[in-house]
Amino acid sequence: MIPKVMKQGRLAPWLYVLPALVIMTVFIVYPTIGTFRLSLLDATSTHSAADTCVAGQPCWGAFENYRYALTNSDMLLALRNNALWLLLMVPGTIAGGLFFALLADRVPYESVAKAIIFMPTAISFIGAGVIWRFVYDIETGGGAQIGVLNAIIVGLGGQPVTWLSDPSVNNFSLMVVGVWLWAGFCMTILSAAIKNVSAEMLEAARVDGANEWQVFVRILFPSIASSIIVVTTTLAIIILKIFDVVFVMTDGNYGTEVIANRMFKLIVTNVGQSTAIAVVLIALTIPIMIFNIRRFRSEEAAR
Amino acid sequence: MNPLSGLNGFFRKLPVHLAVIAMCILWLIPTVGLFVTSFRTREAVRTTGWWTVFLPQPQAVGQPEYTQYCASCHGANGTSISSANLSDPAVVNQYPSAASLLNMLKQPVNGAPHMGTISLPATPKDALNTLSPVATYLQTLSGQGQEVSGFSLNNYVDALVGYKGTQDYLTDCAEKVPSTLAVFTCTSSDLLNPAGMGLAFINTVLVAVPSTILVILLAALAAYAFAWLDFKGRQWMFALLIGLQIVPLQMALVPIAQLYTALNMQSSFLGIWLFHTGFGLPYAIYLIRNFMGSLPREMFESAYLDGANHWAVFRRLALPLAMPSIASLGIFQFIWVWNDFLVAKIFLSTHPVLTVQITNLIDPRGGNWQVLTGAAFLSFIVPMIVFFAFQRYFVRGMLAGSVKG
Repeated sequence: MIPKVMKQGRLAPWLYVLPALVIMTVFIVYPTIGTFRLSLLDATSTHSAADTCVAGQPCWGAFENYRYALTNSDMLLALRNNALWLLLMVPGTIAGGLFFALLADRVPYESVAKAIIFMPTAISFIGAGVIWRFVYDIETGGGAQIGVLNAIIVGLGGQPVTWLSDPSVNNFSLMVVGVWLWAGFCMTILSAAIKNVSAEMLEAARVDGANEWQVFVRILFPSIASSIIVVTTTLAIIILKIFDVVFVMTDGNYGTEVIANRMFKLIVTNVGQSTAIAVVLIALTIPIMIFNIRRFRSEEAAR
Repeated sequence: MNPLSGLNGFFRKLPVHLAVIAMCILWLIPTVGLFVTSFRTREAVRTTGWWTVFLPQPQAVGQPEYTQYCASCHGANGTSISSANLSDPAVVNQYPSAASLLNMLKQPVNGAPHMGTISLPATPKDALNTLSPVATYLQTLSGQGQEVSGFSLNNYVDALVGYKGTQDYLTDCAEKVPSTLAVFTCTSSDLLNPAGMGLAFINTVLVAVPSTILVILLAALAAYAFAWLDFKGRQWMFALLIGLQIVPLQMALVPIAQLYTALNMQSSFLGIWLFHTGFGLPYAIYLIRNFMGSLPREMFESAYLDGANHWAVFRRLALPLAMPSIASLGIFQFIWVWNDFLVAKIFLSTHPVLTVQITNLIDPRGGNWQVLTGAAFLSFIVPMIVFFAFQRYFVRGMLAGSVKG
């Protein structure tokens, strides 16, 4: 609650919030509406999208661009890949981050170890893409393998793998980069949550005869559940928008297309389809948005 | 107390230590690989893995023989006698084989036998065993044989000037290769070549610093109002901020690009500052407001009762006390903007920043690793310094809630 004495002046508060409000309106609210409008127009935003319908073909009228965004085979592939990232990479990253947070808690060189895992968070996705392109490099001309992964495989007597162009592995190759990038973020947040769990409670459970696994499942995990939810929603949003890593490593080729890369590809050639994809993107984030606002409301109420 | 209890504890923890260390190594390998590679010659990068620099190097062919017979006079590098410089290709090429080497060695030097008391093989056939390795090693010494291992900064020079030739920039400049001179002057002004990382570095600083300062200024003002002032719609506007934090910036690209075209602001620094500010503000206000709101309320009350106005309370009280959160936010925003690719690619295409320039340097066929490694690390320097210097604040900025988009 705001103290009464501070309720002086009707106009003054607006002088403080208005600059920020104006910029956010111009750069977030106005373009969001604009994007929706453009998504109902054709490739060059001159006619209605309905005009691009071809007689005898399926047509969604003014929502023709959404027919592309939701049924075109490239887009279906992209939607499938984003779903794969959400289902595999997000749990994988959280599990990795949690595992490391639990382990690092028990060694004296905790801060150094954590800094190493956290470091990728500070570098650009483009830089990370270059780092991992080099890890996945394959030499096909008969020379020595200079990519560390294929060198190990060849050293063990196997055949080198085209990690980035073989459709049976390349999506997983990209997800590994994602885990490498964001496990440090998960570790940091979960580690802080773990340290907040009361040591007496854990000790009491151990004295009562619970083994480490029971302590984890019954006490530790429920205590950090809210932090896990924060990490999950944050990662989910990052993954829905995943772009740089895919752009620099495969550019969405060989079956690795994702939504945001598709949107970027069409941004010059077909504004209507590109903005329709952007609207699909924000539609997918809206559930998370509502969830976050609700969580904030209940936290505020609890204060 | 049992003197060995510490040791017992260590061995009980051994699996934990092993797991932590294994994961750290796994996390480091990709970066270390690129880092080591950035100092290797392009020939070495192309032919051998970066990890071979940590393996014992096989001795070059002929090195033991050379060391035994020749090094005492000519020196380990072959440069000790200036009239017979064995690192000079012109000298070495006179003796390509064991036979020619033997003939030369039979000539006396300054009236004394070339090899002193050591007897030479009688026939060219006998000379094959000892002298042909020496002849091979002379080729290596003069830089014509296989790669002489060693580290160089040439990749960083190539990346800074954006050089994509078949040899490195410094070599081509020294040899005055015409195609190089057509684009480059081979002076320090090449550092500002539009395709190089040098200019991209400056562009990135010009983007990141104002974008960070603008966000801090506007967010601190708004956060103060959201925390301690009363105005209509305060509650729901703040709830809306939570929603705005995760609006994908892809939503804004096309309309803002069209707006900038209409205003003739395409590829302007002002345009990208404002865009980054717009998308940085929701999280910034949220983070600073939460911190300011947790400051003791009595302090603000008594300040007002003493007659201070809003501006004085903001400047003298709220702003200085909120500094930790402002530092966290500033570092977070700075690294975010520094590492951005998509916004710079679209709104600043004629002034490439570091990330955009890296993608320009990528060869789709997968070659030119040496330039890319140097370029990638040039782009890492600043975020790494900021990260290690202010890790505490950076982590705090992340912990303050969800992460902006």
